[in-house]
Amino acid sequence: MRKRTFSGGTHPPECKYTENKKIEVLPPPDLVTIPLHQHTGAPSEPLVKKGDPVKVGTKIGEARGFISATIHSSISGKVKEVGECIHPVTGAYAQAVIIEGDGEDAWDESVKSTDSYRDHEPQQLVEMVKEAGIVGLGGAAFPTHVKLSPPKEKPIDTCILNGAECEPYLTSDHRLMLERTKDIVEGGKLILKALGCKRGFIGIEANKPDAVSAFESIPKSENPFEVAPLEVKYPQGQEHYIIDAIVHREIPSGGLPMDIGVLVQNVGTALAIFEAIRFGRPLIQRVVTVTGSAIGEPKNVLARIGTPFSTLFEACGGLKTVPRKIIMGGPMMGIAVFTDQVPVVKGTSGIVVLDEKDAKQFVEEPCIRCARCVDACPMKLLPTTIGDFARLGMLEDAERTGIMDCKECGTCSYVCPSRRNLVHYMKSGKARIFEERRKKKSA
Amino acid sequence: MNKETEKSTSTVEAAPKLLLSVSPHIRSQTDVQVVMYWVVVALVPAMIWSVYVFGIRTLWLTLTSILTAVLVEALFQKVRGRPITVYDGSAIITGILLAYNVPPGVPYWLVVVGSASAIGVKQIFGGLGYNIWNPALLGRAVIMASWPVHMTTKWLAPKFGTLSGIDAVSSATPLSVLKEAHRVFADPTSLPQQIAQVKLGVSQLYSSQGLANLFWGNVGGCIGEVSVALLLLGAILLFAKKIIDWRIPITYVGTVAVLGWIFGGAKGFFTGNVLFQVMAGGLILGAFYMATDMVTSPVTRRGRLFFGVGCGIITVIIRAFGGYPEGVSYSILLMNATTPLIDHWTSPKKFGSAKQRN
Ligand code: SF4
Ligand code: SF4
Repeated sequence: MRKRTFSGGTHPPECKYTENKKIEVLPPPDLVTIPLHQHTGAPSEPLVKKGDPVKVGTKIGEARGFISATIHSSISGKVKEVGECIHPVTGAYAQAVIIEGDGEDAWDESVKSTDSYRDHEPQQLVEMVKEAGIVGLGGAAFPTHVKLSPPKEKPIDTCILNGAECEPYLTSDHRLMLERTKDIVEGGKLILKALGCKRGFIGIEANKPDAVSAFESIPKSENPFEVAPLEVKYPQGQEHYIIDAIVHREIPSGGLPMDIGVLVQNVGTALAIFEAIRFGRPLIQRVVTVTGSAIGEPKNVLARIGTPFSTLFEACGGLKTVPRKIIMGGPMMGIAVFTDQVPVVKGTSGIVVLDEKDAKQFVEEPCIRCARCVDACPMKLLPTTIGDFARLGMLEDAERTGIMDCKECGTCSYVCPSRRNLVHYMKSGKARIFEERRKKKSA
Repeated sequence: MNKETEKSTSTVEAAPKLLLSVSPHIRSQTDVQVVMYWVVVALVPAMIWSVYVFGIRTLWLTLTSILTAVLVEALFQKVRGRPITVYDGSAIITGILLAYNVPPGVPYWLVVVGSASAIGVKQIFGGLGYNIWNPALLGRAVIMASWPVHMTTKWLAPKFGTLSGIDAVSSATPLSVLKEAHRVFADPTSLPQQIAQVKLGVSQLYSSQGLANLFWGNVGGCIGEVSVALLLLGAILLFAKKIIDWRIPITYVGTVAVLGWIFGGAKGFFTGNVLFQVMAGGLILGAFYMATDMVTSPVTRRGRLFFGVGCGIITVIIRAFGGYPEGVSYSILLMNATTPLIDHWTSPKKFGSAKQRN
């Protein structure tokens, strides 16, 4: 098996406890809290008010602007309130629709399946994806219809389905690739059609040989996607590196995959596209890996959007010990949340709950200039230098040395023996630079 | 700002005290102590060898040096109200390396002075991570400048051999034999029997027996530098543990090999003996354990190549044309000073600078 890869990166211990756990479908919860902002771009506008009856798939939030996504109810019942909740990504209060279930789990009348879905025109496909509120399910939650509508001057010639799943602990994509192989390929074909693109790859890290053979077992005539086994290395799954590994093109600094004619979609997103177009189902649920040392029985679950984290914990054998850290996403790029009362959102690829022992706190020591971060940075930056510039508030120097190119992948912090919080410096430095830019604009 | 913040939410019973911190939430096993202690471990075989061939005295010298380094570091940090970090192992390494870089016959107070100045200067620069020069080499430079006689004459012959590792000369180290040969050949007033004698000396140095003595460490020299075999053994460990990178040591040794062949011979250009140049003196110790000092060498990969080549060039210049027989420690110190510049010039091309398509 020839394994493709990029330069740099690191290999944290995998901890994929759930890779052999079949996806378990959870019953609809009694109450869901659905934030109106679950994607990159503008929040959605609420379409319902207190007391409104809703069904599974009823539109409750309308996309506002081009980069935004539609929001649907994930259970049937009654709107309890259009209020606020703590958002798992920002940790701040955000507008949300809270729905009380009626236990019937009836689908909205607008949800209709069709057998002739293969005949849809590209434009129609994009429209349906938009209506279904699909966003990138790998964690970044970028509205998918936007990716599927590249400007004319930037034609896409290669589509990559991303099944790398390089984050330790997470196995939701892995399970989907095993359990829904054909449907993912179908979704992929719809993506190719929407883009008018011929060439497709599916990138899978070589630590999932079963997924590789699952895709390879589909006859070539039915699967236009060439399987590309990838070296097991973090952050292989980030767009920049999966593209570099498979087609050897580099996204220019500040650019997008479409600038080099490539589109990357997570395998889960491809599946969501299939379900939306084949069955008319909007994005109201997703697979979440619930795992970590504090979880009783780590599992992969199919959960409705809006389910509180605590409900997922109960479904996964409860908490074995007092949790010390709850991470939404994987441990390399995920976000620590301070309560288990936050809801699953479209970008929730996993929830990792760590106990006291695993949620280690590290004391930062001076940089010993060991260059591990430099050697490991897949963007080929000098994290120690940039980190110092950002820390000392030397924003111009930080910008000159490439802070804006940092993908916040966490590789540098991970490898640093001095436990420097390099990503933290990158993030706060970038935030301050954006702030300055805003000020300059408004001045 | 860099401290992880904690928030507690009284409303959530299940999660009374959750830790909030920026990603990544896991870190590699390797911390500063791990890095430093592997270096210490890698240096141990050379220590054992020196005790074996020079006597127990070298052990006491080394321990004195380590103890001084650790105490001075702790003292400095205490006085300045900084956290005491002597456990990180870096002072121990400095102590070991300082001792490894002195002749085995020096008085104890000399390593105390050397080790104390090494740590003193490091601390004046701000402690681990901020020092510009390799502390051990700086300490050595201090005592070399102040007590050159001690540093150039207190040699001990190894248990089973002579100082130079050959029979013809018994009172000088291999590199000084070569240096003397250079002088005699270049001096028009040299007597024929003088020339004959140095010729014999050089040919013995270059004989397979002479080279074998260098490799196994059956020659005189500084405490830790004599056994090429054991130093390489430790280096293999450091490579395996990914503590050091090949770029500096390999380019350093390679440059000395090539330039030593061109300029290092006593009979004119291209007559240098490559194996002799590489194994004699402190090159192996310097290239694998001191030039690779992370704090004082470049962080960029290309920069490390330049650094190694630079060390090699300066070493050969000093060996061939300078006043000292050996140039390893000064070459590294000189290159240390260029590290910030090298880093600046060699910062890698960012990902995304390439424009290729296929
Ligand atoms: S500097 Fe940025 S891109 Fe480079 S390793 Fe660190 S987080 Fe990743
Ligand atoms: S990994 Fe840490 S200690 Fe090493 S150079 Fe980078 S910031 Fe410094």
